[in-house]
Amino acid sequence: MGSERNLSVDFAGILMKNPVTTASGTFGSGAEYDEFVDLNQLGAVTTKGVASVPWEGNPTPRICETYGGMLNAIGLQNPGIDLFVKRDIPFLKQYDTNIIVNVCGKTPEEYIEVVERLAEEDIALLEINISCPNVKAGGIAFGQDPKLVEQITRRIKEKARQPVMMKLSPNVTDITEMARAAEAGGADAVSLINTLTGMKIDINKRTFALANKTGGMSGPAVKPVAVRMVYQTAHAVKIPVLGMGGISNAEDALEFLMAGATMVAVGTANFHNPMATIDVIKGVEAFMKENGVKDIKELIGCVG
Amino acid sequence: MAKIKTTAQVFRQEKISDGIYSMWLSFQEQENIASEAVPGQFLSLYSKDGSRLLPRPISICEIDREERRIRIVYRIAGKGTEEFSALTEGENIDVMGPLGNGFTIQDGTALLIGGGIGIPPMLELAKVLSDAGKQVKVVLGYRDSDLFLKEEFEPYAEIYVSTEDGSVGTKGNVIDAIIAHAVHADTIYACGPLPMLRGVKAFAVENKIPAELSMEEKMACGIGACLACVCQSGEKDAHSNVCNKRVCKDGPVFDALEIEI
Ligand SMILES: Cc1cc2nc3c(=O)[nH]c(=O)nc-3n(C[C@H](O)[C@H](O)[C@H](O)COP(=O)(O)OP(=O)(O)OC[C@H]3O[C@@H](n4cnc5c(N)ncnc54)[C@H](O)[C@@H]3O)c2cc1C
Ligand SMILES: Cc1cc2nc3c(=O)[nH]c(=O)nc-3n(C[C@H](O)[C@H](O)[C@H](O)COP(=O)(O)O)c2cc1C
Ligand code: FES
Repeated sequence: MGSERNLSVDFAGILMKNPVTTASGTFGSGAEYDEFVDLNQLGAVTTKGVASVPWEGNPTPRICETYGGMLNAIGLQNPGIDLFVKRDIPFLKQYDTNIIVNVCGKTPEEYIEVVERLAEEDIALLEINISCPNVKAGGIAFGQDPKLVEQITRRIKEKARQPVMMKLSPNVTDITEMARAAEAGGADAVSLINTLTGMKIDINKRTFALANKTGGMSGPAVKPVAVRMVYQTAHAVKIPVLGMGGISNAEDALEFLMAGATMVAVGTANFHNPMATIDVIKGVEAFMKENGVKDIKELIGCVG
Repeated sequence: MAKIKTTAQVFRQEKISDGIYSMWLSFQEQENIASEAVPGQFLSLYSKDGSRLLPRPISICEIDREERRIRIVYRIAGKGTEEFSALTEGENIDVMGPLGNGFTIQDGTALLIGGGIGIPPMLELAKVLSDAGKQVKVVLGYRDSDLFLKEEFEPYAEIYVSTEDGSVGTKGNVIDAIIAHAVHADTIYACGPLPMLRGVKAFAVENKIPAELSMEEKMACGIGACLACVCQSGEKDAHSNVCNKRVCKDGPVFDALEIEI
């Protein structure tokens, strides 16, 4: 089917059969969605953030629905790198897809520990989530200060054996500043957007909808903000951009690609439609066919 | 690739009480949702309104394998359930399931405890246990004399009722009714609000009766991937590697002793 259309992309030196992956935290390590989706069809699977040791995460309620989206404050619950390496990587290795491992930590040393543990693993890319609270800097996220972004990128690059993609937070005044800082630190790619900090009040209970009070907003409602940031970032740096934020169908994905993203990720949409990733891939291919596009690269960054 | 999100057809919908609806859903011939379902499992129901993305988890109340139908009984709690209540015969609704683990069938007599909107999942369980030849006792906790579903348990079980206002049965909660009638059994199964489940757990522990509790939590994926719906476990969970279990995947039914509530 459509063998004459080329959907493959080179992303930071890695060949992806198509430009579609999953957004970290919305797809686990793929095992649960394996019942709905043929993982072999995905360009890559991006796993839930993993830290050097297991994290308990936040108290519940951890999520709530908002108009056209949701808030989450999972608190990066994860089983720790040891179990992840033992169980999740071998699971994903059964499939013909690339593995992108999302890494979190509370100190630079914690990130580096995970990155070093992954050195010998057969994974395509590291995605570094710098929206985690930085314990050393009093809890502000690493990703909100360009100096910290550059520093942590550089330190991770020194140890990493795989290409490094810095995942940028949208909760900043100028995202291009953070993207440039990541590039200056040696990043091979950037991904964006992570969630936008939000809040919901339960008016009947007169309290916060989330136990954590605030949570990260995602889903279709954030898409225009994400497209704008991807566009700005793609024009500010030379390294490739992985775009995400509210993508639920091929039209959404095409907006990000045309804005300059080389790859896209499907996140919250998986909760509504567990086949969303496949629907996006098929839809992009159909769009190419209808519009006589032979190679997806003709579409990447085609606007402005 | 075994599971699917599919479109079910509303076979019948009726209001059975103030704000409480009963809906039978029909599934296509090639879909095994009804044939695979067991009591205690739930369905994720999806809104047609794109502003409401997340699935609404609703317990399975009855299963008709031959006709490939599942019944749910639900209370209008917000916009999503309000939308479902307006569906009429022949209309479609997107559904995923059956999800979660379900109750286990144990030897000996069974005591089923349902509180409020936790009563519906007990109906299919009562039916299955009674069909398996078990002696079934049911304690139903209501707010007032609006005893929805009560008479439907009659063919399968010995019934005790508690009401908060004392208008019917024992005044108070389900535990008050159990004590008042000195109800005994070998296994307890319970679904209802958290304070009730805490009371049931305390009663079960005190009387050394094994108990299975059906838990509730806000969900996003409904299939175990996002870690939204956790409840605390006493010991480290093998999957999460921390003291958290997923209500949607490891539950919603848990052994009372494995969870901290
Ligand atoms: C395993 C399980 C089984 C359930 N079985 C039944 C049942 O048989 N009958 C019944 O009436 N109700 C049941 N519930 C509760 C039911 O899911 C909620 O009442 C329903 O989701 C409310 O949706 P809404 O759009 O009307 O309300 P809204 O308040 O508008 O919903 C907003 C969001 O919060 C979520 N939400 C709200 N209340 C709950 C809740 N109590 N539990 C989980 N998520 C919630 C919704 O799913 C939605 O994502 C069950 C819940 C769980 C977890
Ligand atoms: C439940 C949930 C968990 C998430 N967990 C992570 C995570 O562990 N690491 C991370 O970098 N981003 C995480 N994210 C952010 C997503 O990867 C993504 O950046 C964001 O949700 C925007 O995309 P979307 O609108 O398609 O979901 C999470 C998002 C959600 C909804
Ligand atoms: S709702 Fe996602 S893990 Fe339970």
